[in-house]
Amino acid sequence: MANIISDETIEYVGILAKLELSAEEKEQAKKDIGRMLDYVDKLNELDTTGVEPMSHVFPVHNVFREDVVTNGDDRENMLKNAPAVKDGSWKVPKTVE
Amino acid sequence: MSRQYETVIGLEVHVELATKTKIFCGCSTAFGGAPNTHTCPVCTGMPGSLPVLNKQVVEYAMAVGLATNCQIHQYCKFDRKNYFYPDNPQNYQISQLYLPICHDGGIEIETAAGKKVIGIHEIHMEEDAGKLIHDEWEDCTLVDYNRSGVPLIEIVSEPDMRSAEEVIAYLDKLRLIVQYLGASDCKLQEGSMRADVNLSVREVGAEQFGTRTEMKNLNSFKAIARAIEGERARQIELIEEGKQVIQETRRWDDNKEYSYPMRSKEDAHDYRYFPDPDLVPVIISDEWLQAVKDRQPELRTEKLARYKKEFDIPDYDAEILTGSKHLADLFEETTELCGKPKKVSNWLMGETLRLLKEAGQEPEEITFSAAHLAKLIELLDAGTINQTVAKEVFEQIFRDDIDPEQYVEEHGLKMVNDDNLLRTVVEQVIAANPQSVADYKGGKEKALGFLVGQTMKQMKGKANPGAVNKMLKELL
Repeated sequence: MANIISDETIEYVGILAKLELSAEEKEQAKKDIGRMLDYVDKLNELDTTGVEPMSHVFPVHNVFREDVVTNGDDRENMLKNAPAVKDGSWKVPKTVE
Repeated sequence: MSRQYETVIGLEVHVELATKTKIFCGCSTAFGGAPNTHTCPVCTGMPGSLPVLNKQVVEYAMAVGLATNCQIHQYCKFDRKNYFYPDNPQNYQISQLYLPICHDGGIEIETAAGKKVIGIHEIHMEEDAGKLIHDEWEDCTLVDYNRSGVPLIEIVSEPDMRSAEEVIAYLDKLRLIVQYLGASDCKLQEGSMRADVNLSVREVGAEQFGTRTEMKNLNSFKAIARAIEGERARQIELIEEGKQVIQETRRWDDNKEYSYPMRSKEDAHDYRYFPDPDLVPVIISDEWLQAVKDRQPELRTEKLARYKKEFDIPDYDAEILTGSKHLADLFEETTELCGKPKKVSNWLMGETLRLLKEAGQEPEEITFSAAHLAKLIELLDAGTINQTVAKEVFEQIFRDDIDPEQYVEEHGLKMVNDDNLLRTVVEQVIAANPQSVADYKGGKEKALGFLVGQTMKQMKGKANPGAVNKMLKELL
């Protein structure tokens, strides 16, 4: 494996992804990510000079909606997706700014 | 000798667009609905839902870009900005990083120091987040997603401003442009226009910029000015003490006049942007761009020039009236109805601004209709009511947009043009005030004013002051 992921990196990626990993899982994740980066290195061997980066597979553009209200009040159904509900709102653990 | 410092300021201005629906779904953007009544699977980030772009958002963004002398990226697309926070149900905000719709523009501002162009780095389209409310009872957070997905444009300036005065001039100009385009009402208090201030200081003459901080939670022009002064002082103090300014986001507390760090180190500014695969690129054809250009409305500078030419009102009035799109619209509509620009201007410049100031409101918050002001002007001109009554009625119009004709009728405020009644009242007043009569006859002109006042009082303010004057002089 050419790419070695450091403990600091895996710790940082864990924070960004909001994941708490056990020591074992961290080792596994280091290996997985290393292998992924190896694969990307392989792709980078290709000469892509003059090739536009592609962000979409299909040659489709300008898919628009007109500015017209089509949705009514569907709160009751929407709140069925909430982990908990209070006063017509989604109730989540306290978030401090 | 103490060192001299220069403040370097760049702004990120978020403007909520005046569309009827959200940027990626058909939910209403109406302000003030009960929590979560304007939500759907798209704006609550449900798996499998697909965003579809609101065409009007693209048109408004283009219009603002053109009016601020920007170049338009005729091929643009959306990216995901990844971060975890409950106000953002998808765990990413759809925004534009790589190809924002507008770039490289600028607007000219004028301050006491003269004219200056403030560069605009870019303008991009993005979605707003939901609102978090802290619940004291259960010590939890409640989330309202009504605002989630409301379209925003973010206008990013170059770090071209050097003082609070320049910042206010820039914001004011920007606000007027956006209001004139009808792209947003730009109310700082309600959050439809929000400014984040990026500020650093450096010694005068230094080439490198200092480390900057970003300040949020600025919801009035005054707060912005105070925050700039406060943050400048804080950074200079750190430098003078030999300490480092840390690059961070700070929250301005306008009561304490101090800023506090907002995010902990765990929330690294590492957004891992990547193109949003759910949204296809936007290609703006030359024809579409031209069509938007052709539809651009008259902006402030042009309107001001036209007012000075077209209406017989002082230049100062024209400046104030065009200083608010709403005020200008009201002026034009009322003038159209009654054909008396000078009188309309007087009511707007005088009583209207006075009452706004009393209520601590902005001209954008005026609720009365042009029709009712026009009617009032006509009632006054026709001699149906006198000036004093007109002012009283106007206060009602200002407050509740009442129909002045109906109001005058119901409250019996019509001017009394009954000569016999007036003669009787004047005779009574003369009889009751022998001292004033003697003073007047002795040459004291002021005494007449007192007698006019007494007569008006007896007539409950509804007499014609001219007629009262005439009658008094005749009988004395």
